[in-house]
Amino acid sequence: MPSAWRKKESAINNLLGLEGVDRLFLESLLEEAAGMKRDIVGKSRKKSTALKGRAFVNLFFEPSTRTRTSFELAGKYLGADVVNVQGKGSSVEKGETVYDTALNIQAMQVDGLVVRHPASGVPAQLQAYLDIPVINGGDGFHEHPTQGLLDLFTVWEARQSLRDCHLVIVGDILHSRVARSDLWGFLAMGAHVTLVAPAIWLPTEIRETGLEMTSNLDNVLAAADVVQVLRIQKERRSMRGMPSVEEYRARWGITEERAQRLKQDALILHPGPQNRGVEIDSAVMAQKASKIWDQVENGVAVRMAVLRQLMGGSHE
Amino acid sequence: MSDMQAILIRGGRVIDPYRQIDSHDEDVWVVEGRVAKAPPTGADVMEVDARGLWVLPRLIDMHVHFRDPGQTWKETIETGSRAAAHGGIGAVATMPNTVPVTDTPELVEWVKNRGEAVGLVRIFPIGAVTVGSQGEELADLFRLKQAGARAFSDDGLPVASSRMMRAALTYSRDLERVIINHAEDRSLTDGASVHEGLAAHRLGLPAAPETAEAMMVWRDVLLAGLTGGWLHLAHVSARESLEALSYARQHQYRVTAEAAPHHLLLNDEALLRWQYDSVTKVNPPLRPESSRQALLKALKQGLVNVVASDHAPHHLDEKALPYVQAPFGISGLETILSALITALIEPGLMTALDAWALMTTGPDQVLGLHSQGLAEGEPADLTLINPTRKWQVDPAAFYSLGHNTPLAGMKLTGQAVATMVGGRWTMREGEVAYAGLSEIS
Repeated sequence: MPSAWRKKESAINNLLGLEGVDRLFLESLLEEAAGMKRDIVGKSRKKSTALKGRAFVNLFFEPSTRTRTSFELAGKYLGADVVNVQGKGSSVEKGETVYDTALNIQAMQVDGLVVRHPASGVPAQLQAYLDIPVINGGDGFHEHPTQGLLDLFTVWEARQSLRDCHLVIVGDILHSRVARSDLWGFLAMGAHVTLVAPAIWLPTEIRETGLEMTSNLDNVLAAADVVQVLRIQKERRSMRGMPSVEEYRARWGITEERAQRLKQDALILHPGPQNRGVEIDSAVMAQKASKIWDQVENGVAVRMAVLRQLMGGSHE
Repeated sequence: MSDMQAILIRGGRVIDPYRQIDSHDEDVWVVEGRVAKAPPTGADVMEVDARGLWVLPRLIDMHVHFRDPGQTWKETIETGSRAAAHGGIGAVATMPNTVPVTDTPELVEWVKNRGEAVGLVRIFPIGAVTVGSQGEELADLFRLKQAGARAFSDDGLPVASSRMMRAALTYSRDLERVIINHAEDRSLTDGASVHEGLAAHRLGLPAAPETAEAMMVWRDVLLAGLTGGWLHLAHVSARESLEALSYARQHQYRVTAEAAPHHLLLNDEALLRWQYDSVTKVNPPLRPESSRQALLKALKQGLVNVVASDHAPHHLDEKALPYVQAPFGISGLETILSALITALIEPGLMTALDAWALMTTGPDQVLGLHSQGLAEGEPADLTLINPTRKWQVDPAAFYSLGHNTPLAGMKLTGQAVATMVGGRWTMREGEVAYAGLSEIS
C-alpha cells in the first residue's frame, strides 16, 4: 500500500458521512444543535466564544449558497475565524492537486477543513493526509452529512421523535448525496425510509431493514410522515433516463394536488435549491407543512454543533 | 574456451503441460541455453537442489502494459522486464497502447529489440488493430506481423465499430494471428468507474453493468463465426461473456479467452474495504461474487484457457487522484503466479497440471508459439516455485514502477524462487539479475 494511503491512526474525529454513525452520536448532535438554536441563533445578538481563537477553511470545489454560507455563519456565531477558498480562482486552476491545496491550508495552522468536491470520496481521501478534522460539505453522489443532520433536526424538532417516523425521499436517489445521508441518518434513528424515483435512479443494490424502494409515489404518499423532495440535478448526468420535465412533474412532482393527499401533520422538506414547478410547486412551498425555511435556519444550528464537537476541544 | 557448463535441476516436481507430465522423477539438464537429455562428457555441472519445489516450463503472461515508449514514468521495458523476472515470468506479450501507439513495423521492432537488449524476459509485441487505436483505419497488419507482432489489439479501448472488427477478424484468418479485443460498449460505460453493484451504490460512484462487456463479447463471437477469424477475449469478467464463449465453443468458432487474477481473487466488496483508494479501479471492474464464481467455474471447465495479469502500472500521483479521475489498472506481474496458486490450485479447484496450462500451453496456443515445454532441444526457459510459501503482498518490494494493487496486504500462497530464460537465471530468491545480459539465445 502506498504510504500516502495508509490510514493514519488518530483520535481526531471527522465528519465524512452518516453511514455507520451511531444513534448516541446523532442524538448528542441534535441536543447540542437545539441548544445552539435556542441560545445563540435565535438571539438578536449572537455571541459565543466557544470557538474563539479557532480558524477553519471552507474549501469548496463546487458552487454552494446554503452550505457554505451557513458553515461560515456557524463558525462566526461561535467566535471562530472563517476563510472561504473556492476551486475557481485558487491554485487548483494552475494544476495543483486537491491534496496539495489541503496540505497548504493545513500548514497555515487552521483547526479544521470543510470540503465540498464533485468527486465522491475526496473528503475521505483528504482525511488520510491531514491531521486536522475534515468535515464533508458534500462529495459527488456520496454523502452530505450536515444536510442529513439538519433534516434529522428539523423533523426531530417538529415531532419530538424520529422512531418509527416514515420518511419518503423522492427524486434522483442514485445521484443524490442528500438521499444517502438522509437514508443512513434516519435509519440509525429508528425511522423507516422509502425511496421513490424513476426506476433507473434507484440504488437497488442497497438492502437494509426499514428501507423500501418504489417508483410509484402515489402509493406511498398517504403513509408518509415526512416527504423529502430532491432537486432534479440537471448538471449531474442525472437527466439520463428521464424523458421530460413534464413527465417528471406528472409522476414524481409534489404538486398541490399531491400535497393534499398527505397526512394532516406530514412535513415537506427540500434541501434546495428548488426548481419550482418541477419537483415541487410554489404553492406547496408556501404551505404550513413545508419546513424549507426551518431547514435553512437549522442548517446553521446543526453546523454550529458539528464545529463545536470537532474543533471545540481544549486549546494548547 | 572455458569448459562447457551444464546445470542440473534435481529433485523437483516437474509440471509440464506441454508434455502432460507431472513427475517427481524427472531431472532437468540445461546445456548451452537449451534443455538437454544429459550433459556432454567433461562438462562442469552445477547442481540445483529443487527438492520441495515445482519446476515449470516458461510461464507466459500474455497481457501486460510496459508503457514504453511514451509513459516511462509509469513503467519501462526494463522495469517491466525486471518485474516479470521477479514474478517468475519468462515471456510477456506487450499491449500496443503506448505513446505513440505501437501501430507501425518500426515500433514493433523497437519494442522487440529493446526487450532483447534488456534480456530478462522474452517479449512478444502485440500490434495495434487500427491506426493509433482510433478505430477508424486498419493498421498495416501484414507488415506488423512481418516485424514480429504476435497478435493484434487496441486494448485499453474496444474495437468499437462492428465493421472494423469484421475486417480485422477476416485478416486474422489470413495472417494466422489472433485479434484480442477489449470488449466494452462505451455508450453504456461512459463516465463509469466501477461495477454497478452494492459498493457503487453505497459509495456513490458512477457505475456500469457487466452487460457492457458481455454485449460486445457476443458481437465479437458472432463476428468470429461470420468470418471464421481468430478471436481472443481479453480479461473476461462477466457471466454473459462466458455464455458467449460457451456458444462459440459449441459452434467450433476459433475463440479463446483469458481471465485476470484480480477477478479470480476479489469481488466488488473489495471497494468497501479500500473505500476511495483507486487501487481497486480497474477495467473491467471488480465484479460481484456470483461473477467471480462463474469465472472460476469457466476456468475449471476449460472454457477460459488463459490467465493473464493485464499488468497496468500507474504512478502513485495518478492513482492518488479522486477515484473518478484516477486511471484504471492494477500492477499484476509480481503477483500473478501466486494468485493462480491461491485461487485455483490451493483450494483444489484445478490440478496443478491443468492450472499451469493457463500460463503455458494456453497462451502459447493463442500466440502461436509452438513450443514443446521442457523437451530436449527447447530453449531453457523455466521457473522454480516454492508452492507452499505464504507471503504477504507488499508493493514496496515490487520491481515494477507501478505499486498499484488491491492485493496489497493479502496473504498469498506460493512464490517463484528462480526464473530462467535461455539458460540464464534472471531471478534467484527474489533478486533480479541486472539488465543487459545481452541477447537471449
